Amino acid sequence: MTTPSLEIKDLAFAYPDGNQALFGVNLTVGQGERVALLGPNGAGKTTLVMHMNGIHPAAHGEVRVAGQLVDASNKANLRSIRSKVGIVFQDPDDQLFMPTVGEDVAFGPYNMGFRGEELEKVVIEALELVGMTEFKDRPPHHLSFGQRRRVAVATVLAMKPEILVLDEPSSNLDPASRRELADILRSLAITIVMVTHDLPYALELCERAVILSGGIIVADKKTREILGDKDLLSAHRLELPVGFSI
Amino acid sequence: MGERLYIHRHSVVHQLPSHVKILAALFFIFVSIATPISTWGAFIGYLIVILITAKSAKIPFLTLGKRALIEIPFIFFAILMPFFGKGEQINVGPFDLYKDGIEAALSIVAKGTIGVLTAVILSTSTTAREILRGLERLKLPRMMVQIATFMLRYVNVISDEMDRMKVARESRGFEATGIKHWKILATVAASLFIRSYERGERIHLAMISRGYVGELPHEESRHVPTSQWLTALSAPAVALLILLITTGLDR
Repeated sequence: MTTPSLEIKDLAFAYPDGNQALFGVNLTVGQGERVALLGPNGAGKTTLVMHMNGIHPAAHGEVRVAGQLVDASNKANLRSIRSKVGIVFQDPDDQLFMPTVGEDVAFGPYNMGFRGEELEKVVIEALELVGMTEFKDRPPHHLSFGQRRRVAVATVLAMKPEILVLDEPSSNLDPASRRELADILRSLAITIVMVTHDLPYALELCERAVILSGGIIVADKKTREILGDKDLLSAHRLELPVGFSI
Repeated sequence: MGERLYIHRHSVVHQLPSHVKILAALFFIFVSIATPISTWGAFIGYLIVILITAKSAKIPFLTLGKRALIEIPFIFFAILMPFFGKGEQINVGPFDLYKDGIEAALSIVAKGTIGVLTAVILSTSTTAREILRGLERLKLPRMMVQIATFMLRYVNVISDEMDRMKVARESRGFEATGIKHWKILATVAASLFIRSYERGERIHLAMISRGYVGELPHEESRHVPTSQWLTALSAPAVALLILLITTGLDR
């Protein structure tokens, strides 16, 4: 068996104010798998994501990315982990902070030590993957929201991550942008963890889904099975859109 | 906002590397500041140099003039100077003006105008982003360049946010008309500040997620051909020549 892309064991975490967000999370994601991480607001989804690249140090338990332990106290380790875990944040305006699209995509690889032609090459490759090559020299605020989200995906793809973590990828997208993004995500040969409440989108893209609720994983099954289980969904404040049936 | 000053053209001035242009503009302004106002001939010479530069940068004189109007609030006090002072007085129409005041005011207006026109040419022929790159190449502290880079990126995001908040206020029947509304506007400013602050934290998170360790990507410094240095520095050099000739004539 190949090493799983992500292995989380007994992960617990409390914020400094004493508010405990995670109570022993166990999750294993295999290479090339696409997993939807579902859960109501305040379930600890974002907190869990922040553990995947060591922004929050694991208070209890451990997180491994491609077999490598995330050790928040070791800077060299963190740097290598952060190049393996690509997080696409919810608001593209937070993610795209450089003056032009090209420079923003170059930011991650630059920090990893790419320079000159090599840097240019990874930037172009990443923009090609999301179909945004022609926008390379444009400032991000001239792009539509959907385009900005695609560029945000490119910014982490340029780091050639092991896992792509998307926080609410479909939020605020119009139907066409939503479908375009789904096409792009499907075309990538990469492990994907998708944090969302958009259940149809999860079904469309992910074979497997897990529900995080109250700081633990309460369900881990095929997405179709989870979405078909009305009682399970309603117990964790999740609902399919009206008129949607499986 | 941000890049709206820049006018895209293909010209000698546009092609010059930004740090070379910044240095040339600074030298030019220094020469003009160093010129005593009594050698007024020199200022005419500087103006001609500016107009020639604007012409070669394909900036219409009208645009140049309009953009220079930004100077007006700053020279407002200069206009008052001739009315107050000591010493010799000159009678102009109904006013008794002070000679020293007139000279000081003229000096401020002339040097201010030269400086503003120079800055307008620089900002019209160079993108804000390029100016920042130029400052970086001129070894301005990295942190200052980074802060300015972020300002350039987020000024639109924040002004859009401000506009949306304004629309939301007005949709609920609020219109700021006077001092009694300042309290509400202060609250708005505060919440905009908090929002921007929180956005800053999220951006920082996104940055460290992509391996930020204190440095933004920048281009390797390219070699600037001597001919470009000479082209750019010709403007301040001519200005210096004018200064030397005119002060020489005075003696």
